[in-house]
Amino acid sequence: MVDFVSIENLEPLKEIIAKHKGEPGCAMPILQETQGVYGYLPIELQNVIAEELQVPLSEIYGIVTFYSQFTIVPKGKHRIGVCLGTACYVRGSQDILDRVARELDIAVGETTPDGKFSLDATRCLGACGLAPVMMIGDDVYGSLTPDKIPTILAKY
Amino acid sequence: MKKSLEELKQIGQETLNKIGLRVGQEAKTECKKQIMVCGGTGCHSQSSHVLIGKLKEELKAHGLDKEVEVIQTGCFGLCQKGPIVVIYPEGTFYSHVQPEDFKDIVEKHIIADEIVDRLVLDEIKADPNDGLNHLTFYKKQNRNVLAHSGLIDPENIDEYLAMEGYQSLYKVLTTMSQDEVIQEMLDSGLRGRGGAGFPTGMKWKFARMAKNDKKFVVCNADEGDPGAFMDRSVLEGDPHVVIEAMAIAAFAIGADEGYVYVRAEYPIAVKRLMIAIDQAKEYGVLGEDIMGTGFNFDLHIRLGAGAFVCGEETALLSSVEGKRGEPRPRPPFPANSGAFGKPTIVNNVETLANIPKIIRNGAQWFADMGTEDTKGTKVFALGGKIENTGLVEVPMGTTIREIVYDIGGGIPNNKKFKAAQSGGPSGGCIPAQHLDTPIDFKSLAQIGSMMGSGGLIIMDEDNCMVDVARFFMDFIVDESCGKCSPCRIGTKRMLEILEKICDGRGEDGDIEKLEELAKSIKAGSLCALGQTAANPVLSTLRYFRDEYEAHIYDKKCPAGVCKNLLSYVIDKDKCVGCSLCSKKCPVGAISGQVKSPFEIDQSKCIKCGVCEATCKFGAISKK
Repeated sequence: MVDFVSIENLEPLKEIIAKHKGEPGCAMPILQETQGVYGYLPIELQNVIAEELQVPLSEIYGIVTFYSQFTIVPKGKHRIGVCLGTACYVRGSQDILDRVARELDIAVGETTPDGKFSLDATRCLGACGLAPVMMIGDDVYGSLTPDKIPTILAKY
Repeated sequence: MKKSLEELKQIGQETLNKIGLRVGQEAKTECKKQIMVCGGTGCHSQSSHVLIGKLKEELKAHGLDKEVEVIQTGCFGLCQKGPIVVIYPEGTFYSHVQPEDFKDIVEKHIIADEIVDRLVLDEIKADPNDGLNHLTFYKKQNRNVLAHSGLIDPENIDEYLAMEGYQSLYKVLTTMSQDEVIQEMLDSGLRGRGGAGFPTGMKWKFARMAKNDKKFVVCNADEGDPGAFMDRSVLEGDPHVVIEAMAIAAFAIGADEGYVYVRAEYPIAVKRLMIAIDQAKEYGVLGEDIMGTGFNFDLHIRLGAGAFVCGEETALLSSVEGKRGEPRPRPPFPANSGAFGKPTIVNNVETLANIPKIIRNGAQWFADMGTEDTKGTKVFALGGKIENTGLVEVPMGTTIREIVYDIGGGIPNNKKFKAAQSGGPSGGCIPAQHLDTPIDFKSLAQIGSMMGSGGLIIMDEDNCMVDVARFFMDFIVDESCGKCSPCRIGTKRMLEILEKICDGRGEDGDIEKLEELAKSIKAGSLCALGQTAANPVLSTLRYFRDEYEAHIYDKKCPAGVCKNLLSYVIDKDKCVGCSLCSKKCPVGAISGQVKSPFEIDQSKCIKCGVCEATCKFGAISKK
């Protein structure tokens, strides 16, 4: 679990921009590293990036909203991703996703009110041998059944 | 320190002295045994890295750390039985090895020279040594692209050099002309492994002919096809092969810079690729004046950010340029105007992984494998309802039946095979009557499917084909970039019809509407994502039309998947009234008196299936 930098502190962002500025196609790596440091990409940070790169904010916003890994709202402390790749799906990962959503009482894409968990349906994680699979942070849980979900969530 | 070819060869030879015991040679160093532990994503997520740490500690405690080495490798392919450990020189194949098994491996196998029986698969109990040649899973395979995965340490360039690594690049740079390299590619018959199957040599030829002072080589490692993970495994198990191939391609077309565009969802692959690039630069096989030949090639990594469409080459190039990953109209083709408007070739990881070997062994060697239509081998990611989930590499022309039954071990739990889905969201399903189709680009297209990138998902009688079509359409709607309306709007309309059918609201004429929409989307979409988006629907309609009809006209889901079309019922004769199901039911839909039959309130039931799984008496079933 990483601790994210507050968006009030713009120093790390400035460093990231300085590192990449001038490289061809630098917007993507800048956004990726910025999200890595701050946890999300609110409009305030996008504004700074747009100004520094001298491009319209709409261009940066367009990139952020295009790619599913970028988020403009903060995610939960533990990010849960239930794999909905084909191999997992045919082995019942939809039931796993439904169960996690029910246990946490949130919809897919949402964060619990206490900010502890956020839930997403992810693309193939490539661990098809363990299908159905979910990830909580960096921990991978495989060969799941809906029954196992409450015990796993209780660990966090 | 930059190395000359002689120095590189010497490092390779010295390393081979040490690791030759893995390929049947005698160890010429003090290291007498090597424990290979799979570090691919599947095994890693089952803590194989913890096992490595414990093995190393235990060996050290016994003073054996010089004689016995522990090496983290790439994927062995048999992910279902992971984590996998192979011990050389005997080649003992251990499966399902947990971190706590470290003691037995060291004390029994290494010190006492005994087999740890419980870690040996039943099939090779009698002879657990040389497992990679004994197991049925491997017998029909031809590991060519995956040759080094599981055999070498992907984080150590010396081991790649021991396998004659970077010698093909040297051969190209010192003895071949650009046109000769391209001719070799054309003669080999290599076709792109990313899905479309375009001849690699032709692509290179077009880019070579384009006149420009700057050209790029791009590796497409944006393996977004759900259920396909061969490119990831190549990057994890043998990253240098990709670097070497890209440098060869760069020489052939006259480029000096390249990008590897890789999914951010593959952290291990990214890490190993970064290590490999650093090592290659240090040894001077990448960067400026490569191996003293005057040839320059620099390589960067670009991470994806979760957009399936970026697997399409023009969208990928937009993303490399730091923009929204939207496809561009072709022509101009990337060979004339690609990354940053410069001539560019985009090759897939698996395609590239074939190239150093083609240069080393000659075009004919490659052309001798496979079928008339498609040469060489293909890696498939076998998943879904199959006994041996994992990566398999077979010569083109192998039948789907051989892959599913001989290599894959068939369908678990005595269920019946229903279909193999190939080509992911752009592909189609292959029903039982076509199991004997030999795999190549042409044959798969003829039966309404496609090779795609090589994901092969097996489905059994419990999978509903309408639901599967809905699943893929849902994926496409989510991933359509929105640039062109046939794809953005058309796929959404198709999804709505499919959802309606799965919900039991299907009506006469829906199938025809789907077919009509499919035709328009195919004809009108800008890129391959839209042009192929309807394939899963069309192929399920072709082979499983009766399932669609059952949903629409009889309001039944024959496979028992679509929740609105089924109900769970308790068989009063079998129910003993143990009350377990009512305790497990998450919504309190089951009630009754203990010791007398229970009942399900259909208005409350959410059809989660927990009760059916809980009942020990088989009294609950889907209707």
